[in-house]
Amino acid sequence: MGKYILRRLIIALPSLLGISLVLFVLLALAPGDPFGELATNSNIPPEVREALRVKFGIDDPIFVRYLHWLVAMLHGDWGFSFSSRIDVDKLILQRVPTTLFVVGSSQLLALAVALPVGVYAAMRPYSIFDQIANTFAFVGFSLPTFFTGLLLILIFSVNLGWLPFVYRVDIPATGWHWYWEYFKQGIMPVAVLGLFQAASYTRYVRSAVLDVIRLDYVTTARSKGIGEGKVVIKHVVRNALIPVVTLVALQMPAVFGGAIVTEQIFRIPGIGSLLITSILANDTPVIMAVTFVFACLVVVFNLLADIIYGWLDPRISYR
Amino acid sequence: MQERELRDLIADVKTGHLSRRAFVQKMIAVGLTAPMASMMLSHSGVAMAATAVPYKPAKAGGGGLLRLLYWQAVTLLNPHFAVGTKDQDGCRIFYEPLAGWDNDGNLVPFLAAEIPSKENDGLAEDGLSVVWKLKRGVKWHDGMPFTADDVVFNWEYARNPETAAVSIASYKDITVEKVDDFTVRVKFAKPTPFWADAFVGTNGMIIPKHLFADYVGGKSRDAPANLKPVGTGPYMFVDFKPGDMVRAKLNPDYHVPNRPHFETVELKGGGDAVSAARAVLQTGEYDYAWNMLVEDEILLKLESAGKGKVNIVETGAVEFIMLNATDPAVEVDGERASLKTKHPLFSDPAVRQALNLLIDRGSIEKFIYGRTASATANFLNAPERVRSKNTKLEFSIEKANAILEAAGWKKGADGVRAKDGKSLKFAYQTSINAPRQKTQAIVKQACQKAGIEIELKSVVASVFFSSDAANPDTYPHFYCDAQMYNTTMTQPDPQIFMNQYTSGQAATKENKWQGRNVSRWQSKEYDEVFKQSEQELDPVKRAAMFIKLNDLVVGDNYILPVVRRPKVQALGRNLVAHMTGWDNDLYQLASWYRET
Repeated sequence: MGKYILRRLIIALPSLLGISLVLFVLLALAPGDPFGELATNSNIPPEVREALRVKFGIDDPIFVRYLHWLVAMLHGDWGFSFSSRIDVDKLILQRVPTTLFVVGSSQLLALAVALPVGVYAAMRPYSIFDQIANTFAFVGFSLPTFFTGLLLILIFSVNLGWLPFVYRVDIPATGWHWYWEYFKQGIMPVAVLGLFQAASYTRYVRSAVLDVIRLDYVTTARSKGIGEGKVVIKHVVRNALIPVVTLVALQMPAVFGGAIVTEQIFRIPGIGSLLITSILANDTPVIMAVTFVFACLVVVFNLLADIIYGWLDPRISYR
Repeated sequence: MQERELRDLIADVKTGHLSRRAFVQKMIAVGLTAPMASMMLSHSGVAMAATAVPYKPAKAGGGGLLRLLYWQAVTLLNPHFAVGTKDQDGCRIFYEPLAGWDNDGNLVPFLAAEIPSKENDGLAEDGLSVVWKLKRGVKWHDGMPFTADDVVFNWEYARNPETAAVSIASYKDITVEKVDDFTVRVKFAKPTPFWADAFVGTNGMIIPKHLFADYVGGKSRDAPANLKPVGTGPYMFVDFKPGDMVRAKLNPDYHVPNRPHFETVELKGGGDAVSAARAVLQTGEYDYAWNMLVEDEILLKLESAGKGKVNIVETGAVEFIMLNATDPAVEVDGERASLKTKHPLFSDPAVRQALNLLIDRGSIEKFIYGRTASATANFLNAPERVRSKNTKLEFSIEKANAILEAAGWKKGADGVRAKDGKSLKFAYQTSINAPRQKTQAIVKQACQKAGIEIELKSVVASVFFSSDAANPDTYPHFYCDAQMYNTTMTQPDPQIFMNQYTSGQAATKENKWQGRNVSRWQSKEYDEVFKQSEQELDPVKRAAMFIKLNDLVVGDNYILPVVRRPKVQALGRNLVAHMTGWDNDLYQLASWYRET
């Protein structure tokens, strides 16, 4: 086991290096530059722009810049944001809690909806309930989040005036009032993201349970006289969940990465909105850090998923 | 407009025949800025007449929370690093300059005790120095006194190229010395008629010496106060999340009595302009929204909810079309659009003249921008025409046709005019932005009727406006025949602005396209007048020169103004805010209040 993990980690290293190289080169080749805004401002002499470019080393050859970045990254220095002129790690850490809250609760919501609905639908395939659940699942993942987001804003903020559509991290209230406000502003973004995710999870859970529920051991369990509820929960769901757990584990990096579109619509200061504003401002160090951390998380959670898989199903061995 | 006419106008203001405001309006109309106009008056002995902004509350505080919404978030809080207006506005909550510009171009003192003038011996006769008297009893938010040392320090800080301050242009060519604790003298290397640049307005915010003294030059980015501002302004720092939110609270020791009105201020950033307008005008979640780049039709609809109103102030910003004086299709010494070439079509004045007649400015204003722009031919135009209210902006397909016909451009079988084997076809580029694409379509349609074929091209804004020397699609490369964008005149003195048409500024491969003369139009006469204007001390003579420069550029029809773009903000129904086109939106934040 230990050997297996070690081997996987060693294999991960060159792939991470490769990812970072590809990311860096792509960003370096992309059009635009971080000081473009200075160019249109005639009050700023071109010399200042040049000085800034030299200061931030933008005019060095790509590979020199890449090596600089790599060495700094190995030392734990994530770089320095051009547009905010502060360290990138600070910038990212400020955003992590919000993203964890919004995207994390939407994942929980998704599971809370998808598990019962998916299992129940699979227990009674092609029943009215299954048909309705299926229809909603299809509608759910066919509607893009930017559309449902705007729809909810129009209904609940503009027409009904119940919920705020500008998300604020610092709510000037204390005690229960604070929790209430926080909950209220979270409803729409969490619902948009959660229900979208729930739609695809439902389909997945349903098919996983359907695969298992017809197996012989389930019939055996039933014939032993165990109650239906116990059969489903102990024998069916537990086995059916193995692929679902893997799927959820692979979704975990997304919790960190945030939801770019939804965060933009509701003005949630999360990682996703940081990424998109950095891309628009050509703030390469920030883009680089966010995407690279994301890549690392994908690699790590892949490994984790493999390990969990083996733990859930002892027939799988590590070699 | 000649120097004599200007002098007559100023005399009219002096005798009271012409209002100060009307004079300023006339100067804006001929392409000068309001601050410039007001400097002219001040020099001629008409004192600045900044009227006190109306302020009703009888005590400080009591206004609760002021919510400001910016669809681009503030990313830093050091005014010397603040590039865009969003960052400058974020800084303006905490920091103040010695003086700011009101909407009529008057200087309004903030940290200055008075505005320097000839009467108070603030301005030297030779134009080589200005004496600023500082307000006494002003304290930084941490309790330290504000003195002349702070002012001198800001100059040392910003002029150091290692600091990489974006305000460097205002500080690099001056020297600042302390006269006593509350007086500083700004000295210029050569006679400088426009003296109110350093320490004034957007680039003039003063940072405290005691917190930044250790962070001059290369270390500038390490200063903790870059993220935790300590200023003299009406509100004190609470919290800042770069790219998201700035929070501030009332400064109980503010140096103006009974101000400010609000207990706390929140500046939230991010999202898009339309939903920001919605949050103020339709749902009332916010009190103010910045820079409403939203189609007027939508604004009108949102306004009808009655929760807020749209506020519009004139600025010097102009949307214009620029024609290439060089040939982008020919490569000379590895460089396209080289200065050694001439544009095959636009070198014929008739073509340029016809194009000017083919821009339907009226329709562009009416159908695209609505209240958020006004048709103009005048950013650089003959003043007589502008002055006359009856002269319409000329748009005439027949006239254009006649001019082209007379110049020998004959229509071919495909309906496109041609002469000497060159057919009247060219490419016209701009950045991707809905109103711009619509404008392109209107121009294209009119040109089609006159036998000119236009190929439209649009470039992503982040590429178009970048300074990337390797990318041929940026506006300074101008590897195209015609292009359109918006130029802002935030700097009140036109000297720097006008140098963008001097021959030496032509954007070329040699200067990595950092030169500012993008159309590469060159005129000996222009260069000469520009050189004179740099030396001219008399502001009236100088103004006449700038008007002359304007006329030279626009008279040659290489630069075709389309519409003026005012600043548009959304304000909550009860909020009383004071806006200006020549300074930051938040310049009078201390005097904002909510009516009950």
